[in-house]
Amino acid sequence: MYTPEMLGLIKTVEQTRERRLKESFPRLTAEEKANILRSYHPDYMEGSMRPVRVGPNAGEKMPHAHVDLLESRSMVDVDGLSLDTIDYDVDVLVIGGGGAGTAAALLAAEGGADVLLATKLRHGDANTMMAEGGIQAADKENDSPAIHYLDAMGGGGFTNIPELVRALVTDAPLCIQWLESLGCMFSKDPDGTMNSIHGGGTSRKRMHFAHDYTGAEIMRTLRDEARNRGIKVVEFSPAVELLTDDHGQCAGAVLYNLETGQYQVVRAKTVIIATGGSGRLHINDSPTTNHYGATADGLVIAYRAGARLIFLDATQFHPTGVAFPEQIVGQLVTEKVRGLGAQLVNIDGEQFIYPLETRDAVSSAIIRECRERRKGISVPSGYGVWLDSPMIEIIHGKGTIEKELPAMFRQYIRFGINMAEMPIIVYPTLHYQNGGVLINENAESEVPNLYVAGEASGGVHGRNRLMGNSLLDIIVFGRRAGKNAAEKAKTVKLGKLTLDHTKRFNEELKKQGLGQRVAPILLPDYRGKISG
Amino acid sequence: MTGETKMVSIYIMGKQYEVPRGVTIMKAMEFAGYRFIRGCGCRGGFCGACGTVYRTPGNFRLKVGLACATMVEEGMHLTQIPFYPANRAAYDLQALKPTLGTLLQHYPEVTRCLGCNQCTRICPQGLSVMDYIAAAQRGDIEKTAHQSFDCIMCGLCASRCPAEIVQYNVGILARRLYARHLVPPAQHLAKRVEEIKAGKFDDELNRLMRMDKEELQKLYDARDIEQ
Repeated sequence: MYTPEMLGLIKTVEQTRERRLKESFPRLTAEEKANILRSYHPDYMEGSMRPVRVGPNAGEKMPHAHVDLLESRSMVDVDGLSLDTIDYDVDVLVIGGGGAGTAAALLAAEGGADVLLATKLRHGDANTMMAEGGIQAADKENDSPAIHYLDAMGGGGFTNIPELVRALVTDAPLCIQWLESLGCMFSKDPDGTMNSIHGGGTSRKRMHFAHDYTGAEIMRTLRDEARNRGIKVVEFSPAVELLTDDHGQCAGAVLYNLETGQYQVVRAKTVIIATGGSGRLHINDSPTTNHYGATADGLVIAYRAGARLIFLDATQFHPTGVAFPEQIVGQLVTEKVRGLGAQLVNIDGEQFIYPLETRDAVSSAIIRECRERRKGISVPSGYGVWLDSPMIEIIHGKGTIEKELPAMFRQYIRFGINMAEMPIIVYPTLHYQNGGVLINENAESEVPNLYVAGEASGGVHGRNRLMGNSLLDIIVFGRRAGKNAAEKAKTVKLGKLTLDHTKRFNEELKKQGLGQRVAPILLPDYRGKISG
Repeated sequence: MTGETKMVSIYIMGKQYEVPRGVTIMKAMEFAGYRFIRGCGCRGGFCGACGTVYRTPGNFRLKVGLACATMVEEGMHLTQIPFYPANRAAYDLQALKPTLGTLLQHYPEVTRCLGCNQCTRICPQGLSVMDYIAAAQRGDIEKTAHQSFDCIMCGLCASRCPAEIVQYNVGILARRLYARHLVPPAQHLAKRVEEIKAGKFDDELNRLMRMDKEELQKLYDARDIEQ
């Protein structure tokens, strides 16, 4: 429940609401946007990054948290672990049980492959489950894949890899139709027309959704389908190292049973890494919207096997994370709230940014409003700004929030805050790993027979991702990875399994005086703390 | 936490711990020294991994909640629920008919519902679970789909059901039947898929892909934005 001080401040927001309902805050010009990013975006914060000293990206700057992991040694005793006993022998190994991994497993199975899906927590425990706002696809009359392409490129600061964006926007309608055919319950009109709204940085209303449980609905549908098809799944078994063969191609992975501490060897003709992102590394000590398992495992093992990373120096902060109440600080307030008309306002009840600028720009503007202009609201964790949610009810009618944003409403009402009647307090929170393992449009990495899909991959979103393009990314590239990995597996001849790449990496670490830490870390450690 | 933190005393699986007041059960358990493997997922009420059973002093009732969304209380005794090996039917969705017969064929136990309403009382999402099971019993797939939509499949309903119904699995079958077989497919989507397969947008995309940053930026800045 709000403090008496906060309740007092809300009166100011209410007083300006009528005026703001008619007001349209101007969009940033290209130059203004560049300036605000340079001055306030956390990516540009001095001292937040350092160059990594080993591996394919040696010399490139990344956040300390990532470098720490990439400069860590393997948890596997490479000389002690026998690769002679093979626990699973399959065509395609999918590492990761979120949206990308499950989509990949379904397509690989459809392609005739014997598939094993290994995942660190439960099948479906992933950031996909938490994606609320929507999934983009240019399928309405006034829209086209080309317009979607332009929006995505602009959102990414024109650094995106064009071939990947083309794949994303071209496959988008096909993927939505696939999900529709699997019985994914999108929000629709009675005649079947998909409901759609804007997201930050979109020029057309192409955001499809399932209320504000979009990711959960997609994930539970895909998981249910994987179960129907009898796809083999091994849970609580993260991959802690890839395997290569004596021809230098990827040939499987070492799994670690989280509960018994035992290792298992998987031989696979092709491997798909779909391990998701890294929010739980808490870059710059930021709170995060991310799932408990988001600890960059896939990046670490792919890097040791020789895969190049891209854009790891670009971290996405979601502009609207919960800043109050304390119990849920950092949790997501979906962009759909702004998509439905809620404005961002400062302590004086004034707008300071067009609400649907790209996420990097909105985050920077909120940081500026609080740090430089000192117009933020004081909260126990620092400060925040108002997100004037009751405007949604005024614009779209009473009851809209409970109907369209049930997860959001529930998140706040548990703590005595009715967001349909009172504004909420938000501040940027660590949300998405814009970068990852470099892939091509076939979802192939630079390591033979190693595919990567979803948040673990990099390039498609450039330096900043638009809302609704990550749920799309996992389906588009998950499907491509699954299909291509199954096809490739038909012709792969594996040699003798080795961990030679890990040995070489360990030697490189030793030469640099590194390798004191062990990675992947698998789970964050909050013991004795009140965080996360 | 800022300022002086007030503590409460709680019992986690029988052991007593002092933890800060006003935190969730999940954060309290971590503060007390637990590192979760099971029983922890999204930490925000979406994944259903952290069902928790607890009792408060002077009250005989067993209460439940999600560890990520329930606050600790002085004197609380708590434990996390284990994995339930619940019944789940396998099916080919495409071949199914959206009928009462389909629901009963896969989950005949729904007819055993006693109407005790334990499922609704226990649901951390506040869903009217018994009502959607009643709708399923009548073959009202649309109502079952909508009323179960916010289900996070935490399994708490099934843990208490004396008729041993797995409500959350009935719910997802109903939702998939509804969305696949009862709601019309989106015509605009079907049309666009045909256009893409026919290569309608290839030339324009090729042209955009060849553009350098300046050209693209110019086009981007000049985009008209749908109101």
